[in-house]
Amino acid sequence: MITPESTTPAVIDPAETVTAPTHMSPGQRAWHRFRANKRGYYSLWIFSFVFVLSLFAEVISNDKPLLVHYQDEYYFPVFKFYKETDFGGDFETEADYQDEYVREILTSNGNWMIEPLNPFSYTTISYHSELANPAPPSEYNVLGTDDRGRDVMARLIYGFRLSILFAISLTIVGTAIGILAGMLQGYFGGRTDLFFQRFIEIWGSMPELYLLIIFASIFQPSIWLLIVLLSLFGWMGLSDYVRAEFLKGRNLDYVKSARALGLSNSGIMFRHLLPNSLTPVITFLPFRISGAILALTSLDYLGLGVPPDTPSLGELLSQGKENISAWWLSLSTFGVLVGALMMLIFIGEALREALDTRKS
Amino acid sequence: MNHQPLIRVKNLSVNFTTADETVEAVKHVSFDIQAGQSIALVGESGSGKSVSALSILNLHEASHVNYPSGEVVYQQQNLLLKSEAEMRRIRGRDIAMIFQEPMSSLNPVYPIEKQMLESIMLHQRVDRSAALKLALDMLDRVGIPDPARQIKSFPHMLSGGQRQRVMIAMALSCKPKLLIADEPTTALDVTIQKQILELLRKLQAEFNMSVLLISHDLNLVKHYADYVCVMNRGELVEQGDIQRVFEHAQHPYTRHLLASQPTQLVSASNEARQTLLKGSNICVYFAVTKGFFKRKVDEIRAVDQVDIELRQGETLGIVGESGSGKTTLGMSLLRLQSSTGEISFNGQRLDALRESALRPLRKEFQVVFQDPFSSLSPRMTVEQIIGEGLQIHYPRLDAAQRLQRIKKVLAEVDMDESALWRYPHEFSGGQRQRIAIARVVILEPALILLDEPTSALDVSVQKQVLELLVRLQQRHQLSYLFISHDLNVIRSISHHIMVMKQGRVVEQGDTRTLFTQPQQAYTRELLSAAMLNHQQHD
Repeated sequence: MITPESTTPAVIDPAETVTAPTHMSPGQRAWHRFRANKRGYYSLWIFSFVFVLSLFAEVISNDKPLLVHYQDEYYFPVFKFYKETDFGGDFETEADYQDEYVREILTSNGNWMIEPLNPFSYTTISYHSELANPAPPSEYNVLGTDDRGRDVMARLIYGFRLSILFAISLTIVGTAIGILAGMLQGYFGGRTDLFFQRFIEIWGSMPELYLLIIFASIFQPSIWLLIVLLSLFGWMGLSDYVRAEFLKGRNLDYVKSARALGLSNSGIMFRHLLPNSLTPVITFLPFRISGAILALTSLDYLGLGVPPDTPSLGELLSQGKENISAWWLSLSTFGVLVGALMMLIFIGEALREALDTRKS
Repeated sequence: MNHQPLIRVKNLSVNFTTADETVEAVKHVSFDIQAGQSIALVGESGSGKSVSALSILNLHEASHVNYPSGEVVYQQQNLLLKSEAEMRRIRGRDIAMIFQEPMSSLNPVYPIEKQMLESIMLHQRVDRSAALKLALDMLDRVGIPDPARQIKSFPHMLSGGQRQRVMIAMALSCKPKLLIADEPTTALDVTIQKQILELLRKLQAEFNMSVLLISHDLNLVKHYADYVCVMNRGELVEQGDIQRVFEHAQHPYTRHLLASQPTQLVSASNEARQTLLKGSNICVYFAVTKGFFKRKVDEIRAVDQVDIELRQGETLGIVGESGSGKTTLGMSLLRLQSSTGEISFNGQRLDALRESALRPLRKEFQVVFQDPFSSLSPRMTVEQIIGEGLQIHYPRLDAAQRLQRIKKVLAEVDMDESALWRYPHEFSGGQRQRIAIARVVILEPALILLDEPTSALDVSVQKQVLELLVRLQQRHQLSYLFISHDLNVIRSISHHIMVMKQGRVVEQGDTRTLFTQPQQAYTRELLSAAMLNHQQHD
């Protein structure tokens, strides 16, 4: 509806100016709207904090000390390789800093070392527990150990980092392909659209899971293989939404005006249509990220995902199923998953509101 | 004679409440509707005229509305206090309503028959055959040819005028005492509009019914109603007999509305001016294809052998009803629509140029669209919208120079600089249209195609925009191609006029001659249907 204009040509209606502080750039206003959603705002801080922390997992949770002072010289085992003989041991192999003999050398005679908060890496086998593995939480292993005696806390930290990095890259690749495919179909329409749609129908009817199983047996399973395979199929749903938005938008007057201004096709697509077609993309973004985390987790759970030694949430869950009484396995993993997914969804919600320019 | 009015609206106020705010849509409005009278509520959009009328039927969303004061008295009862079940019996039987958009007020999945019989059988408690007989009779009365066959049609098979006739037939089938007509002809062409209004007047006399007409169109109200209520921002500012109000308006707002009727804004054409745009034998045919191999079975001639000429600094008005090909012609001349025929612009042939060769020339001919809501990208700020053309056609300007030019053009269209950072949805219709105009004027074009630029605006805003356009034309020697269905607007701004019908040019000539001595029957029909203000002719 058109609001009545004041009869004098002093055109800005004072009633309209109150709603938004003027002098703010579009970016500042978007940030303003994002902050208005408290849940999303705090989720963003917590999530960023945890994620940045997990990026430094090697420094937080590692079986190698951060700093060693041995015979008045400093060593950095986390970043550099040192033989055991460097510290007066017997072997030419890398020093095992958890070994009683090495520890003895490095902590006596004025030598000292600073260890990370959680002195286990994701592959370290902990010999502290006197109980059988999986061992319940103890003063050494805060969240207990898994069925091979590896520290659960360490595996969670590394597993979380891997899941998030995997999910973000999968989402970026899938969204980019999906947007591009949708843009081309929707903007050019006609024959381009027709052929693309038939291609999607054929491509989409390929059995994704079987392909994964087949590829897992042909190639060495790896995280990169998973990203490539899942990206090949993950873009189709999104491209349909972007296509529909473009089909709708390309006939609107502002697109005609842009053509009349002399804008090129790519200019119209990226500057005019894309920003107006992002609603479904933004809406699905948090769900895509959490979907990607869940995909990795469930593939690992089924044993089709990453190679066996890789720290992974899915593998921990599957151990939890094998050892039902070892509650610390399933509960802690479950907690990490729920926390991460929930925060992502809250952030996504706030992001959607922030990018809606019609909200003041 | 019974002096009791049919409906008495007393001190009515309507508030809409949402989670964060309360909007006072109608404030202390009182008026009477006499039996057999046609009364009009006029006002600009947002004035509360529809809200007041809907209150009579209590048709507002119950969870959002409240009535802080007032009553609607019908047969000694206050309709506002009635329960939903009691109101249902009054709606349709005693008080019926027709809406603006005839397509969306008929259910597209049912034939006309089912929809008509449903309401007749519900209110009159007659059996199917009697209801059918009544329905056929009503369709015949509203002028639907061959009612026995047409009653089986689905809504999409009828034209806009026919759909509105069906709506009227449905509304009148229960012989209501009052018909509320909410902008009943706004979506229709002028000639159809005239027929519908005449039909309403005829039926009103036949049924001795009252009509409450809601309209923004003063001309229409003046020719149709007996009594008029003028509303502004929720308040009823003036009411009285039609002649009294139109000739001796008391309230300043009424006078302002009356003065907002477009008046002649441009002087006569100057023969000495150079030709800017010339098109000859322009044709746009759309092929109608059939079957798997797209056999061409027929063609639609959207624009058929049109010759056109526009002089520098002048305005050529293209007028016609919907489907007459006026927009398609405009788009073809700007090469936004493929066509055949010669187009020369400033002596240069445009029709032979490829799109890439045309792009640098596009700066010279720009376009402003009808709907200021869809013609501005909702995710760009005003600065981005206005500055975009500069980036393309004046790439050498740096950011500061660009901003300076944007500010200058904003001032030229009477907008404040604080608009720069805002998004289009924060502005009213008239302001948006100013932004759309600023976007094209900043490129300093020679020609602007204005496609119904004022049709979505209220009359007072419409006049301001027209005045702005004339001012810009004089200052920058702009040429306009002005497309409109509204003869009043066309007359006020054009030097020359071209009348189109079904893709062909019916008549063209300079404005004064065309309005005073129309040569063709169709032009005369259009002029009479438009119910122009006669004082201006003299």
